Amino acid sequence: MRIGVITFPGSLDDVDAARAVRLAGGEPVVLWHGDHDLEDVDAVVLPGGFSYGDYLRAGAIAARSPLMQDVVAAAKQGLPVLGICNGFQVLCEAGLLPGALTRNSHLHFRNRDQMLVVERADTTWTRDFDEGQRILIPVKNGEGRYVGSDADLDRLEGEGRVVFRYAGGNPNGSSRDIAGVTSENGRVVGLMPHPEHAIEDLTGPSTDGLGFFTSVLKAVVNA
Amino acid sequence: MSRVVVDVVLKPEISDPQGQAVLGALGRLGHDSIRSVRQGKHFVLEVDGTPDRAELEQIAQTLLANPVIEDVELHLTTD
Repeated sequence: MRIGVITFPGSLDDVDAARAVRLAGGEPVVLWHGDHDLEDVDAVVLPGGFSYGDYLRAGAIAARSPLMQDVVAAAKQGLPVLGICNGFQVLCEAGLLPGALTRNSHLHFRNRDQMLVVERADTTWTRDFDEGQRILIPVKNGEGRYVGSDADLDRLEGEGRVVFRYAGGNPNGSSRDIAGVTSENGRVVGLMPHPEHAIEDLTGPSTDGLGFFTSVLKAVVNA
Repeated sequence: MSRVVVDVVLKPEISDPQGQAVLGALGRLGHDSIRSVRQGKHFVLEVDGTPDRAELEQIAQTLLANPVIEDVELHLTTD
């Protein structure tokens, strides 16, 4: 199973994301933002970092890069896409996920191991979790406060599109403790915390992050 | 040549912690009469010929601002 990881100028966690794909049993495929070629991958990961230096708005320029046009078109045809941190910001800016990520309410960059509650265990990227399961994943962001109008948030909640909520303290002031959301078809998921940093006991607080990547591999096999 | 100014501000319902931090600093400096601060962005575009307002609106709404969280104001001036 070929999982593409897109590198933008300023991406930081693309290598870790590729490593997570490999440890989960997939074949990582390096993709470059300036190309127009998804290389027939079965799914795509948008990694964390500071694409284009967060100029204009975090993720705004990357969302309009050449390869993202292909990602948007393919996602609308059902291609699974996971956006992590900056990748989540890119997905919101590209219109594949609702809402927006803004400056943390306390204005500090926050870097810590974060407990999350899995609210949806039936998306393409979370089927190896159980609904209500608590997972421990590092979070590290300065602009991770998820916002939207009350009406939009009500609609999201009503449609069951909140995939993760922060537990044990909200690290950035996100509305309703929302840490991650999904598309209507459950195939596009974005979250601020970093599952690719929780895949080995040696370097992470848990190995809970592997579940994202094993989930999509099963989904792709069964597709 | 025309100059187009685009001001982008957070929607009123979106909290602005950066503006609040500026307000806090103003208070510490003794400027007690300042009631609130909202921080935004200011773009200056130089445009060949007569600006096309519809095109500029589209630029403002699709790139310069994120309409989920921000409002825009266009100001057209011709030299």
